[in-house]
Amino acid sequence: MVEHLRTYGQIAWLWIRAAWQYPTSFVLLAVGNGLITGLDFVGLWIMFTHLRDLAGFSLSEVALLYGSASLALACADTAIGSVERIGTYIRTGRLDQMMTKPVPLLVQVCADQFTLRRLGRLTQAAVVFAWACTYVDWTPLRVLVAVSMLCSGALVFFGLFVGFSCIQFWTTDATEFANAFTYGGATVTQYPLTVFPREMMVGLTFVVPVAFVNWYPCLYLLGRSDPWGMPSALQFSSPLAGLLTMAAALLVWRSGVRHYTSTGS
Amino acid sequence: MLHVAIATRAFRRYSTYRAATLAGIFTNSVFGIIYSYAYIALWDANPTAGGYDQQDAVTYVWLGQALLMTIALWGGGTTDDLAERVRTGDIAIDLYRPVGLVGWYLASDLGRAAYHLLTRGFAPTLIGLVVFDIALPSSAVNAVGFAVSLVLAVVVSFAVRFLVASTAFWLLDQSGVKVMSGAFAIFFSGMMLPLVLFPGWLGTLANALPWASYVQVPADIWLGKHTGTGLVVALGFQVLWAVVLLGACHGVLRLATRKVVVQGG
Repeated sequence: MVEHLRTYGQIAWLWIRAAWQYPTSFVLLAVGNGLITGLDFVGLWIMFTHLRDLAGFSLSEVALLYGSASLALACADTAIGSVERIGTYIRTGRLDQMMTKPVPLLVQVCADQFTLRRLGRLTQAAVVFAWACTYVDWTPLRVLVAVSMLCSGALVFFGLFVGFSCIQFWTTDATEFANAFTYGGATVTQYPLTVFPREMMVGLTFVVPVAFVNWYPCLYLLGRSDPWGMPSALQFSSPLAGLLTMAAALLVWRSGVRHYTSTGS
Repeated sequence: MLHVAIATRAFRRYSTYRAATLAGIFTNSVFGIIYSYAYIALWDANPTAGGYDQQDAVTYVWLGQALLMTIALWGGGTTDDLAERVRTGDIAIDLYRPVGLVGWYLASDLGRAAYHLLTRGFAPTLIGLVVFDIALPSSAVNAVGFAVSLVLAVVVSFAVRFLVASTAFWLLDQSGVKVMSGAFAIFFSGMMLPLVLFPGWLGTLANALPWASYVQVPADIWLGKHTGTGLVVALGFQVLWAVVLLGACHGVLRLATRKVVVQGG
């Protein structure tokens, strides 16, 4: 495991140096990515100039939801964002090359074209999260839940990205299908779930478990009872959801790799 | 005639990827649903925000999803080919062709836009109509106005993307500028949040920038917010930006060809 992480680091470092060959683009990419998410939050803020609360949640509460989910997403995306490109690797035959190397395929795919451009998003998310944290009434248990929320959130996104990218083992064309679940899931986490109908909330808990990324733990941090009357045990279940999502994703990945037949050229 | 031929070929080229189109429609629809519920919550809390009512707001969401690919909001489209050809040096061949480069790429981008409109424009609109009962244009004049406005939106967006791609002449790689420009496009086009909600000077600024002609202007025409001379002014705004930006494209191209360095040549 440690050895794989070391290999991952080496490949990632290689790509950082490669990206630096175009320094202007490198800087603009980082700034641009921070800007996209930064403006995202400005959008939420503008929404609140017309509102006192959104479906029962104030700006600082929505900021906590937004910041925590964005941080988790940014971590997952920086670490394994390249897995989305697996269709390209299959089409161009690069996956075949990777399979001949003595490093696990997933490590190679994730580290490939590693980019630090997501640092912009990470910074921005951290700022929003820190601001929202000043409104939380902290207790030791809440600190623990907050830390576990960020780690489990990253795991859930990790699982979603890896799992849904595996679609590309079966079809190299329909890559955008995955975006509905990965980026769609990320978008959902910007809003309090009370915005959506009950059926959607159930789906976001048990099918695409993004509710565990921020919704349930944040309810605990904010000291609010569940507006849907879901069991309060769910507010502590994020680590479990994270591990389950990741395990499911790794299983899908394995069966995807088994199913893989080279493009043959 | 030549340009019609170019546009038809581009249309066919994009229509090869059927599964990708279906996946894209699915994803657009998922995002449409997410944003619809968010806006319903917003307009529930403030039923007259920005001078829209709830149906206007939900219609706006689905129009945005329909326009997303048609105007290539994220960048991409045929201008990506241009940037790639600059990077590889193939642009040298394009430059000694007896056809204007801007006209060539504009024609092919219009062909692409036509394909994306017929598939990824119509399908989500239909879903919005069935599921969320969105509004249709109130009069024939508005419907025709919308069609004209849509073409102008593609032209303005093309010109912006062409300028972005042209930075490759100097930077060799457009990706950084492309991400930056995409961030601005999402925010200032009204894709993220209708510009009618932007407060004070920010609203004035956003409504004057070229990006307003991407989503806000066509959507307002569809919704019947511009009638009579207002409609002429709205279309005139788009024409103005189209002319200015296409002029800039020609200018930049002239500068660029003077210093073109063919890598590896």
